[in-house]
Amino acid sequence: MNATRLVAGALQLALVVLGGPLLLGLMRRVRSRLEGRDGPRITQPWRDLVKLATKQRVRPTESSWIFGLAPLVVVATAGAVAVLAPLATLAPPLANSTDFVAVIFTLLVGSVVLALAALDTGTAFGGMGASRALTIGALVEPALLVAVLALSLPLHSTNLVAIVADGARHAPVLVGPSHLLALGSFVVVILAESGRLPVDNPSTHLELTMIFEALILEYSGPDLALVTLGESMRLVIWLGLFANLAAPWGVAASGAGGFALGAAVLVAKVAVLGVAVTVFEVTTAKLRLFRLPELLAGGFILAVFGVVTGAVMR
Amino acid sequence: MIRSLVTSWTRRRRVSERLRERSAPHPASAALHHSLQLRHVDAGSCNGCELEIASVFGPVYDAERVGVRLVASPRHADALLVTGPVTSNMASPLERTYLAMPEPRLVIALGDCARNCGVFAGAYAVAGAVGDVVPVDLEIPGCPPHPDDILAALRRLTDR
Amino acid sequence: MIALGVVVIFGALGAVASLAPARYRVATSAACLAVAIVAGATASIAVLATGRAVDGHVVSVLPFSGATVELSALGALFSLTSAVVALAATIHWLGYQRHALRSRSAVAAYALFVTCLLLVPAAGDDVTFLVLWELMALASLALVAHDHARRDEARHAAWWYGAMTQGGAGAITLGLVALAAHAKSPSFAAIAASAGHLPASARGAIFLALFAGFGAKAGLVPFHVWLPRAHAEAPAPASALLSGAMVGLGIYGILLARTLLGVGSPWWWLVAGLVGVASALYGSLYAATSTDVKRLLAYSTSDNMGLVVIGLAASGLFATDHHRAAASLALLASLFLVTSHALYKSTLFLGAGSVQYATGERNLDRLGGLARTMPVTTVLVLVGGLAAAALPPLNGFAAEWLVVQSLVHGLTGAGPVTTVATTVFVGALALTGGLTIVAVVKALGIGFFGRARSDAAATATEVPLPMRIGPALIALACVAIGVVPELAVAAVRRAAATMQPNRSGLAASVTGLHLGALRGAVDPLALALGAVLATAALAVLRHSAGPRRAPRRRTFEPWGSGRAVLSARMQYTATSFAEPLQRVFDDVLAPQHDLDVSHAVESRYYVERVAYASADDDVVERRLYRPVLRLATWWGERARGLANGSVHRYLAYGFVTLVVVLVVVS
Repeated sequence: MNATRLVAGALQLALVVLGGPLLLGLMRRVRSRLEGRDGPRITQPWRDLVKLATKQRVRPTESSWIFGLAPLVVVATAGAVAVLAPLATLAPPLANSTDFVAVIFTLLVGSVVLALAALDTGTAFGGMGASRALTIGALVEPALLVAVLALSLPLHSTNLVAIVADGARHAPVLVGPSHLLALGSFVVVILAESGRLPVDNPSTHLELTMIFEALILEYSGPDLALVTLGESMRLVIWLGLFANLAAPWGVAASGAGGFALGAAVLVAKVAVLGVAVTVFEVTTAKLRLFRLPELLAGGFILAVFGVVTGAVMR
Repeated sequence: MIRSLVTSWTRRRRVSERLRERSAPHPASAALHHSLQLRHVDAGSCNGCELEIASVFGPVYDAERVGVRLVASPRHADALLVTGPVTSNMASPLERTYLAMPEPRLVIALGDCARNCGVFAGAYAVAGAVGDVVPVDLEIPGCPPHPDDILAALRRLTDR
Repeated sequence: MIALGVVVIFGALGAVASLAPARYRVATSAACLAVAIVAGATASIAVLATGRAVDGHVVSVLPFSGATVELSALGALFSLTSAVVALAATIHWLGYQRHALRSRSAVAAYALFVTCLLLVPAAGDDVTFLVLWELMALASLALVAHDHARRDEARHAAWWYGAMTQGGAGAITLGLVALAAHAKSPSFAAIAASAGHLPASARGAIFLALFAGFGAKAGLVPFHVWLPRAHAEAPAPASALLSGAMVGLGIYGILLARTLLGVGSPWWWLVAGLVGVASALYGSLYAATSTDVKRLLAYSTSDNMGLVVIGLAASGLFATDHHRAAASLALLASLFLVTSHALYKSTLFLGAGSVQYATGERNLDRLGGLARTMPVTTVLVLVGGLAAAALPPLNGFAAEWLVVQSLVHGLTGAGPVTTVATTVFVGALALTGGLTIVAVVKALGIGFFGRARSDAAATATEVPLPMRIGPALIALACVAIGVVPELAVAAVRRAAATMQPNRSGLAASVTGLHLGALRGAVDPLALALGAVLATAALAVLRHSAGPRRAPRRRTFEPWGSGRAVLSARMQYTATSFAEPLQRVFDDVLAPQHDLDVSHAVESRYYVERVAYASADDDVVERRLYRPVLRLATWWGERARGLANGSVHRYLAYGFVTLVVVLVVVS
């Protein structure tokens, strides 16, 4: 781990932190336009965050320390991943131990602590959100890990940096059936993990249809700002990872110029994916909670086919 | 489907020129940083005001473009948007909702009923106007108020 | 050798201490046991450090054969794990004795149990092994039945446990005796040398017998039925030993079978893998839907043992494929997992015991809010729970990462069967992981956070010091091993080397785990440091945020849509938390519940009363064991008619039998 790598990691973190709310703004803007509205400015989520930072923190009576800890952990884990994952650069600090499984489980820590905090509020809504979020999380997991297995096939390694670098060098891998099937299952995973339609409706106001929103119903002021920021960072990370697995070009190998290019390419890729997700969201309805297992099982089956075709074709 | 996407994208904004004219910002707007989250409470309204609120957030008036958003929890809200005269059953929930909000917090009384009980003044189930239960910072008159007026009032808060 | 002698002597003294007067009984016994435990740990550490096995033969201990002692590095790993768990459980016991586990018989059984746990892995021949194994089973049976006079459940649990463990012991005896007969010597060394000459079918049959026998001890499906009962009924220190140490010895047994019989053929490991997958999924599913915290933990034990067996099966499959690097990595991973599991699961069981001590409750639906009344216990259980959920930077994550890595690398150049099996293993591992997270969040979130759901939970006070120190020791070990896996990897590597040389190049240093020959590395220390520093920085940042004119922080009633009273009963319960999952897996779980709505006489639109009952039962037990038991009962009742006490009839039976025998013989 040398200084340039640390700088690259820090810049990447800054990019994800700054870009997360902007991505939300972009997605809301595009959504409004598709609905025939003008919509908020792209910077609106940042304005919301700045305002939230100047508000009071209200804690439910009889809640405990985990309620205050959870927002910090959500941002910290997302931040750690933003430093370590190959998003804009192929030379993050600790490139040798940037493991896919470790990335997934680090992000999971945030979800788990947030679910515990939701249960800590002592309300029915918090419990409902935690229960639903974790049920979906549990069912997503097989699709996710088997997709990782399929993506790791060409290299026999789950090292993210190596997978991305290898994809850029050997383009045929990217259009192989194994890779495509794994990416297909990854789409389902991303929609579920980041709480987008058809899994969860991020703009719902009706408590009974909420999943993620119900988890954070009790947060206010700086706490809410942190949770929102953390969630948007996670969305950037998921989309960025997907982009770099699907089209691993333009990720900076070294140098300041390279990093600038890498950052620009990352912004472009994530923006395109964000718009695509929004277009998809506008054209689909939310699935019933108990129809979701079918969607997630579909993702799992895609990933399994990915592994099997990948293993057979070698 | 693609055609509907394209037309919805290119549909011209039918919004009036009125966005150009700006009235003086509300004193509370400095703390809001051009961002306003509303929690709506129906304290006993006839739902006339609700229809107008719905259209304020619809494609024509589109309050979201000036930085206003409706939220689900009072914890997320900066202002309470109250409609209707406060019925005796809703007095306590309204107060609790107000207390649940993080400070600094505002209350907007929307419609004549919210301001002074309107046609329901003196009715047996009415506890009073919104101002009798929680401190009101901004009033929007009308029965129901025109979406333009609602939007203008909200813009005074977001200063946009 | 001397250390093992000390274990025997002080273990026996610990049992004898049960004769002491009630006031000093537990303390004396615990002191003796502490010496035995430290001696056992010393012997194990010495073996693991040097890699040289301790062996010897004591003629005078057992009649006819004498006792052979052989503490290999593999045995030492298990013995050391048992020692650590036993130390924590014994410290916890010093406080727990005020609640239970202080009668003469219980103290003696506990001491005997601990001693056997330390010694079983040191057995070097069939006879010694079986004697110790049986003593361990009997001592633990006594502990499970400890509360039999007051609770029917304890009696039932003891019956189930006794039947399963004795059935398992029968299978093990059969297998080991067959091997000894072939080798003409009961010593494990002789058996391992000669087992290769057995016909393949005989070896397969013996493997199945041993796998079933040891699998019953490890709580693998379908032999898991005793686990939720016995773990729930045993006193907390004993449940910690059962789940942390004894169940792991079942895995030791399976490893012993592999040592004695060799790697064998792929179908052995496909069977084992299938059982592992079934146990992992079944256990985690039931853990996610249980409401009794100790039942939940017991099912989770079954699920973890399933994962370990998946690792062993993968290791066996890769070894038969001659993929040595992956095979050795899978073996290392499962050993790492079994030791990690011992640590976090005993933390959880001791924590559950503390909760039971403080509130008298095991039912999650009647707990809650303990984070404020029992802060230390809550943190300890949180550490154990997050480790069980395989979250970084705890030891469970390192273990899960190793298992995943071994499966990823095993796919290289694997045949079609291994490919499909490996994919299934990964899927099962992932689903199990997700379900375990649900179970853990449910246990912690409902049991420890939120608002108290009963008076007992609301008025609970923190448990006495020993009951905090015991679990704190192992929780600390969970964190230490998770952050610096090197601490455990060295021992695990040494233990695995007794079975196959380490070809995976797995190395660990302070900066994480590296797979030398295979590409892969993870650095939990840096990750943990980064996340902790970031959390601290954000906390400082948040502290300075807030309004200028109003207080920065305030507490207010939770948001209940403006409702005046939001009682603790309106929270989600463990049952409602697991309801979506239960509906998703309706076909597998086939839950038994009963909703009875009585309407008012005047109108069906008004409800007079709603009664809801749900039974905590196990579908394998209901569909597999109950019919067998019913058949046995039916047969028993029919057979009763044969023996009605009439001497004439008995004489007639004798006569008929004689005639039949004569006819057959002629």
